[in-house]
Amino acid sequence: MAQGEKVIVCDKLTKRFGDFIATNEITFEVNKGEIFGFLGANGAGKTTAMRMLCGLSTPSSGKASIAGFDVYTQTEQIKRNIGYMSQKFSLYENLTVKENIEFFGGIYGLTDQQIETKTEELLNRLGLKSEAKKLVGSLPLGWKQKLSFSVAILHEPKIVFLDEPTGGVDPVTRRQFWDLIYEAAERGITIFVTTHYMDEAEYCNRISIMVDGRIEVLDSPTNLKRSFGVSSMDEVFYQLARSAKRGD
Amino acid sequence: MRTLRFLLKKEFRQIFRDKAIVALIFFMPCIQLIVMPLAADYEVRNVNLAVVDHDKSPYSQKLISKVIASGYFRLQGYNSSFHEAFKLIESDKTDLILEIPQGFERNLIREDKQRLFVAVNAINGTKANLGGSYLSSIIGAFNADMRMQLVQQPRYSQFPVIDIVASNWFNPVLNYKVFIVPGILAILVTMVGGFLSALNIVKEKEIGTIEQINVTPIKKHIFILGKLIPFWVLAIIIFTIGLILARVIYGIAPVGSLLTLYLFIAVYLLTVLGFGLLVSTLCDTQQQAMFIMFFFMMVFILLGGLFTSIDSMPDWAKFITRFNPVRYMIEVMRMIILKGSGLKDVLPHLAAVSAMAVVLNGWAILNYKKTN
Repeated sequence: MAQGEKVIVCDKLTKRFGDFIATNEITFEVNKGEIFGFLGANGAGKTTAMRMLCGLSTPSSGKASIAGFDVYTQTEQIKRNIGYMSQKFSLYENLTVKENIEFFGGIYGLTDQQIETKTEELLNRLGLKSEAKKLVGSLPLGWKQKLSFSVAILHEPKIVFLDEPTGGVDPVTRRQFWDLIYEAAERGITIFVTTHYMDEAEYCNRISIMVDGRIEVLDSPTNLKRSFGVSSMDEVFYQLARSAKRGD
Repeated sequence: MRTLRFLLKKEFRQIFRDKAIVALIFFMPCIQLIVMPLAADYEVRNVNLAVVDHDKSPYSQKLISKVIASGYFRLQGYNSSFHEAFKLIESDKTDLILEIPQGFERNLIREDKQRLFVAVNAINGTKANLGGSYLSSIIGAFNADMRMQLVQQPRYSQFPVIDIVASNWFNPVLNYKVFIVPGILAILVTMVGGFLSALNIVKEKEIGTIEQINVTPIKKHIFILGKLIPFWVLAIIIFTIGLILARVIYGIAPVGSLLTLYLFIAVYLLTVLGFGLLVSTLCDTQQQAMFIMFFFMMVFILLGGLFTSIDSMPDWAKFITRFNPVRYMIEVMRMIILKGSGLKDVLPHLAAVSAMAVVLNGWAILNYKKTN
């Protein structure tokens, strides 16, 4: 990946909850169009870090800019330029597929014309045409997740944040999900993704691994395996996670 | 504004998709307005009465039958001793005991004076109080009757007599329903609006969709408006249904202007919904929101002047009612519907609820945080 424009710049970003330091001085940069894997054991501070980057949570200290906007003062501009898919499924289950697309397209300011073409495109791409009028709640989880991702990038954001997007999804669907991610990355959307699946980590251009609120390593999967002298990302993760003091 | 359009579309779709809620929203006003005014009545009837008649004379019989004939009392039986009758009070079988002493007739005629004893079971305060005073006035009337018969009336009364006749304005026959129906209607829109709005944002928090909203560039006040307007419309519809029911079933048509009434309702609903939304932003679960709303609704309703008069409350309670939107609503309902008050008369009420609406909605917007 060419060293181009930097869309995420983090400098000693920290979040404290009382005495507890959830995210401890993390520093990293993400390039435009990159697929950045953000790894770490449960409770390592991934979600907290991600929420700060999305403008959902104000950092305690440190600096960060997303798409050139400051996380303290320009959260609303950040929100115009990012997509977000949370750990919890968060489309409206009592709205139909089409109504969800229309709603989220609408509040991101797409025109009626844009919404219509985007809906058409999206339904074709996901093969959900016959389900368009079904309630989202009635879809299987794998479809929901793919839909959720597609809705998160409906407004063509610069960056999309994915918090464990494939949790609980079967391997085939996960594969399809990653195809969607690749497509988005090719269009120039930067992907920032957390996952617990090490095969997915291999798909990333670069990954960072968090342990106890700190970023312990940050490199491409190939380089990481080489420097740890192991053959799989699994083993890299084990070696790092074993040193963690915070429990599950 | 475009954003608002999409928000409203979404809210209305969600509300009307939940068939149970829709049924409840339209069923509730019907049931409450049809059943409640018939059942919940201030008039105390069926007061249970035990009689201990030691005299067993024609006069005592006459008194007893006069009491029973009033229709307010239900004779539980004659008892031979007060002690026996008191057992009935203890087991809650009777509310009142009327004890007629021995020699009642004789003393009444001979000495023109007699004492009766009435014991009241004061556990049910209202029933006891009213029952007791009904009984006293019946006995009083009986006494007057007896005197008429026994004593030759002088041409002029020895004592100056002022007979007071009250005439009831605005509700000439003291029809209880006329008094209660506008109040029930007020409570109804308050409950529906308050609860629906209180549970709404908190529900989005519970299912996690609020995160997805918070990560969009949506403006806070637009979001709150998007929540406010649907329930406002819904409550106005319910109010209209209620008004029609009141007209059809009880023949209660607003004496004052409908426009003034709706103007007030429109502002009042902003207050109630604002309060609900504020609670919604403060809570994390629907359970919390529900309990908080229950607490406030109880206070609002009990201190709202629907069941008990605010004028007879202690000063501190009167002070609290000034911050109770429901109180203004009930007053204005009665003023406009029964008395025909105009806009000028309800202006102070309108000012009070407007101020509350501004404060509560402003607070709700401030308290709704997209970033924490």
